[in-house]
Amino acid sequence: MSLLEIHHLSKSFFHLSALNLVSFSVEPGDLLGLIGPNGSGKTTLFNCVTGVLRPSGGLVRFKGEDITKLSADAVCHRGVSRTFQLIQLFPEMTVLENLLMAAQERKGTLWSRLIMRDETEETDRALSLVDYLGLSGVKDHPAANLSYGQQKLLDFGMALMPDPPLILLDEPMAGVNPTMIKALVTHIRDLNAQGYTFVVIEHNMEVVMSLCRRIVVLCQGEKIAEGTPAEIHDNPAVMDAYFGS
Amino acid sequence: MRGWRTLGILTGAAVLLVLPLLLEQYKLYLASLTLVYLILAIGLNLTLGYAGQISLAHAGFMSFGAYAVAILGPLGVPFEGGLVVGAIIAFFWGLVLGFPALKVKHHYLAMVTLGFNIIVFLVLRNWESLTGGSFGISGIARPRWGPIGFQSDRAYYYYILGWAVLVVASAHWILHSRWGRAFRAIRENEVRAQVVGVSLRTYKLMAFAIGSAYAGVGGALFAPLLAYIDPGAFTLDRSIQFLLMVVMGGLGRFEGPFIGAAVVTLLPEALRASEGFYLIIFSLAVILMMLFMPKGLVGVWDWMLGRVTRRGFGSPRPPAPREPATVVAPK
Repeated sequence: MSLLEIHHLSKSFFHLSALNLVSFSVEPGDLLGLIGPNGSGKTTLFNCVTGVLRPSGGLVRFKGEDITKLSADAVCHRGVSRTFQLIQLFPEMTVLENLLMAAQERKGTLWSRLIMRDETEETDRALSLVDYLGLSGVKDHPAANLSYGQQKLLDFGMALMPDPPLILLDEPMAGVNPTMIKALVTHIRDLNAQGYTFVVIEHNMEVVMSLCRRIVVLCQGEKIAEGTPAEIHDNPAVMDAYFGS
Repeated sequence: MRGWRTLGILTGAAVLLVLPLLLEQYKLYLASLTLVYLILAIGLNLTLGYAGQISLAHAGFMSFGAYAVAILGPLGVPFEGGLVVGAIIAFFWGLVLGFPALKVKHHYLAMVTLGFNIIVFLVLRNWESLTGGSFGISGIARPRWGPIGFQSDRAYYYYILGWAVLVVASAHWILHSRWGRAFRAIRENEVRAQVVGVSLRTYKLMAFAIGSAYAGVGGALFAPLLAYIDPGAFTLDRSIQFLLMVVMGGLGRFEGPFIGAAVVTLLPEALRASEGFYLIIFSLAVILMMLFMPKGLVGVWDWMLGRVTRRGFGSPRPPAPREPATVVAPK
């Protein structure tokens, strides 16, 4: 069974169609790249999958369960994590608090979250993540004080924090310096080898081609190609989409 | 930092315990009133300061507690019974008013809550058979535990102080639990909060309802203070006064309501000597404070503490964050 199935997903804003009958699926352990020119609907697709936007049509299944109409928090509870293209953090909370916040709603009941104060396990995990991402030096600083690259890493860390089976990364490398890109690529590969499943939106072709095992190409809201990096590289339709015929 | 805090709390507790022994009647009344307002401000700080949901209906919620005590008292219900009923009614209406907060934000939410306060006021004024209309209800009894009565002003002050301690302790617990963190998450970034699994519906409704329940408790304690209430005590003006307390003290800061409630209640009294000018001076002070202390009076305290610690009286501030020179390689 596929981990994530997207079937004939559509989204239109008034008369503008942002996504049109897009279908593909993500297998457990996949490292899938999602590419396409600007405005091709990649982020809209993430928003529809994670419940941030309600799709106009189609079906999203996660582990066989229909999650199309669920709200964002319910999708998160099923085990889908994501990052954002424009970084979304809790600016006044410290790095550590941001990480704890990213995991706290996934465990226990509403009442246990009021009554139980013990967070040793979560703090340990947050500290090891902070270490892993090289943010130890700033762990007690408010997220707003971090540099752009560090914020990107924190956003990534927050997606990992609840130990989710599926992680959607929206342009994790955009605006990040080359050293940090290398580190992020290694992190993603490393985590993928540990069994995490990733879907990555990325404009950096070099990164996508070397990182991903499979690539889906969107253009003007429609899927125009799907295949291995080599197949996509030689696909004339993809070249058209990017450079015009 | 911790040492200063403990010292501050101990000093504050000592002052609050000894104070009534030194004050004459009117000043004792003001001290009691400040404690009641503290309870109300803590409630609003939870809703607005932490969860970021504006409410201009706080005086309306307060009236539920006040009228519950005033109406149930003569029927033989003990004071605490009335207080709990009032708090539950306020909690319930807080939930109801929380629903619009799921749809509208900021000034639109301010409008919705403002409307609610006006409706409550009109109901209180016109439902004469229950509330006594504009004449209000007089002769509201103070609590009594068998042989122990809290009839004297001094005893009643201590009674209010007991409830204030309960409210402060429970608010401290809530705000330092994962709920408190979820409230702040909603205030700081609603979309991100939802994506990490925060149910906006549950937490927003709770922030509204708990804040309102505190207002109910405050209202119940307010009613026997002068043994008289009328709808005029629960107008929009009063709600705005609570808003002022919370904003002036420092939004979303636990210490905020303590400072805010004290300043907003006592400053006009301190300025009374200036006769006709006191309102002008008070308003001017408010405008200046908002201009130069946007983080509230707590901000001033932070700034002073920062100065002190930088001069070497304690741990220095952490250095400004820097990007790590090398990125740590993964395991």
